[in-house]
Amino acid sequence: MIRPEAPVLLEIRDLHASVADQPILHGVNLTIRAGEIHAVMGRNGSGKSTLSKVLAGHPAYIVTGGSVSYRGEDLLALAPELRARRGVFLGFQYPVEIPGVSNLEFLRVATNGRRLEQGAEELDTFAFEDLVRERLAVVQMDPAFLERSVNEGFSGGEKKRNEILQMALLDPLVAILDETDSGLDIDALRIVAGGVNQLATAENATLLITHYQRLLDVITPDYVHVMAAGRILRTGGKELALELEDRGYDWVDAELAALAPQPVEVG
Amino acid sequence: MAALSMPTAVAAASSWGSELLNALEVGVSPEPALVAARQRAARALADRTLPSRRQEAWRFTDISPLLAINPAPLAPATTSGSILPSAAAGAVRLLLDGLGDPLAGVTLPAGLETIPTAALEALLQDQPRDLGADDFSKDRSHERSSHAAARAGSEAPWSGLLAAATAGRLLALRVRGVVEPTLELVSDAASSAGVLPLRVLLILEPEARLELLQVHRAAGASLTTVLLEACLGAGARLSHGLIGEGGGPAVLMADLVIDQQPGSHYAFTSAVAGWALSRLEPRVLQSGGGATTRLRSLQRVDGRQIADQHSQVRFDGPEGELDQLHKAIADGAGRSVFNGAVAVPRAAQRTNAVQLSRSLLLSDRARIDTKPQLEIVADDVKCAHGATVSRLQSEELFYLQSRGIAAATASRLLLRGFCGEVLRELPAAASIWQPLAMVLAEEAPRP
Repeated sequence: MIRPEAPVLLEIRDLHASVADQPILHGVNLTIRAGEIHAVMGRNGSGKSTLSKVLAGHPAYIVTGGSVSYRGEDLLALAPELRARRGVFLGFQYPVEIPGVSNLEFLRVATNGRRLEQGAEELDTFAFEDLVRERLAVVQMDPAFLERSVNEGFSGGEKKRNEILQMALLDPLVAILDETDSGLDIDALRIVAGGVNQLATAENATLLITHYQRLLDVITPDYVHVMAAGRILRTGGKELALELEDRGYDWVDAELAALAPQPVEVG
Repeated sequence: MAALSMPTAVAAASSWGSELLNALEVGVSPEPALVAARQRAARALADRTLPSRRQEAWRFTDISPLLAINPAPLAPATTSGSILPSAAAGAVRLLLDGLGDPLAGVTLPAGLETIPTAALEALLQDQPRDLGADDFSKDRSHERSSHAAARAGSEAPWSGLLAAATAGRLLALRVRGVVEPTLELVSDAASSAGVLPLRVLLILEPEARLELLQVHRAAGASLTTVLLEACLGAGARLSHGLIGEGGGPAVLMADLVIDQQPGSHYAFTSAVAGWALSRLEPRVLQSGGGATTRLRSLQRVDGRQIADQHSQVRFDGPEGELDQLHKAIADGAGRSVFNGAVAVPRAAQRTNAVQLSRSLLLSDRARIDTKPQLEIVADDVKCAHGATVSRLQSEELFYLQSRGIAAATASRLLLRGFCGEVLRELPAAASIWQPLAMVLAEEAPRP
């Protein structure tokens, strides 16, 4: 939903970042307003996953230039947990298994952290169980997963559902979903995408990072950005994704070569 | 102790043991059944040198904290002892103070009975003989081989000999059938100084079942030294937990001698933290193979603490099973040692043994030494072992942080998860001791 008057949630300006001393992002610019769904597409190594990690505050990714403003606040100055509590959510491409930590307890601690930030009351064990059971429906998840350790022994599809469940509980304003479609069969993809669609409102925004068109068949983006060599090369509507599907990424290379010659970094 | 020059340290060390034995000569007299056994152990102890890092079994373990303990019987502290939490519902508590009768005023639950002195003396012989005219079960093969003194002899670790040479009381119980309540054995040296030797003997008749929880606490300059022997008859099941909650200069040494007949099941779970020095030596013998042994252990060190676990499992017959997991957390300048010996001689065909050691290193100054020691002669066996030493995983931490969980809370969650895998296997009655809070040195409300 594009509304020019909607408030800006995230404003990325000339963002440069490195990992292990290797520059990956070379000046990313992106403005996201409330109600919008953005898709960032690109080849492996184009920097799209790096962008998501930088926004979430992964300590291995070092910002070397530029700025990110989240609702007028300097996002990059905040610790990762504060970003999450203020409403920035990262759905992981590879959700981490944490043996011995119960999924239910993890979800409760996380949810209460966010609720305190929102000025809501912390939920006790019982109230939280009611909430979590209601939100499980968003991703059609079996309550048995609550009793297990975080992501431990979950299949690829179960892990991604668990990510969307966390998103449903944390009620973010900006949700960044990194390759949420990877490793999903078509049924699981529908369930996960259905969850994302249910959670999208006029007040929040979604940034989908994806390699393939197929996720965009079920979640309709307002904007599609093509990323290459650490910056956004072109922005268009949903038809741009179809064009990519049609023509592949080779034209991106041609367009890149036409730009001022510059070493292409991969990461 | 570090300031002592080498010859002085050796002199101090060799005199420590004899000083303790001398002090005990004039101390309380042992109960009659123990007199001979105690003398034998004292002679064996006198022939041994004190543990030192020149011995392979003590290579990584500095016994300075032990030598700092006054080699004399535990002296009551001027301050009153700490208050113990009430026993869990369905648990029977026996207090072991090395002096009094732990059974005084206690009604033993059905299935537990004391062993008369005459039978006990026979059990404690070097060479067990026919027990004669009592009416216990006819099949005594498990008692003969299990007789702990046989293994508390030349093969015994120093700590076991020390307990055998110094304990004046023996809690000896026979177990028949299923004992419903958890048997809880508690010692608390509190802030007293000196040596508290404890000795326990359990005979589980065939098909008997018992849940046992051992709790040792101390916070002063004391050594708690424990020799616990358990003999499991065919088909018997013993679920055994040990909680060692130390503090300050306190030292804990425990020698646990377990004999398993075929078809028996032994599960041991220990959680030890806070001692200046702790050494646990569970030694399991599957005397005819064909039994199952499950070992779970967790130890945490901080400051300059040393925690040492030396386990031994030996299969003297075919088709035995072992499932062992040892975990350690080392923080500060603490030192954690694990040595897991598994012996699979030729007679032990079709043994199935798995041993895993997982350690967390939380500080650059801490140190972890972990060593599997598998001696496999039989050729048709499955024996697996593995050891990992790692830090808290940064990806796990970031994942939790990205969900709004502060770094400190995230670390604590990960540590709790790490410990939980072992602690959840303690007997249910252990919860009143709040083992998780103890291991992680967290503030927890004491009931």
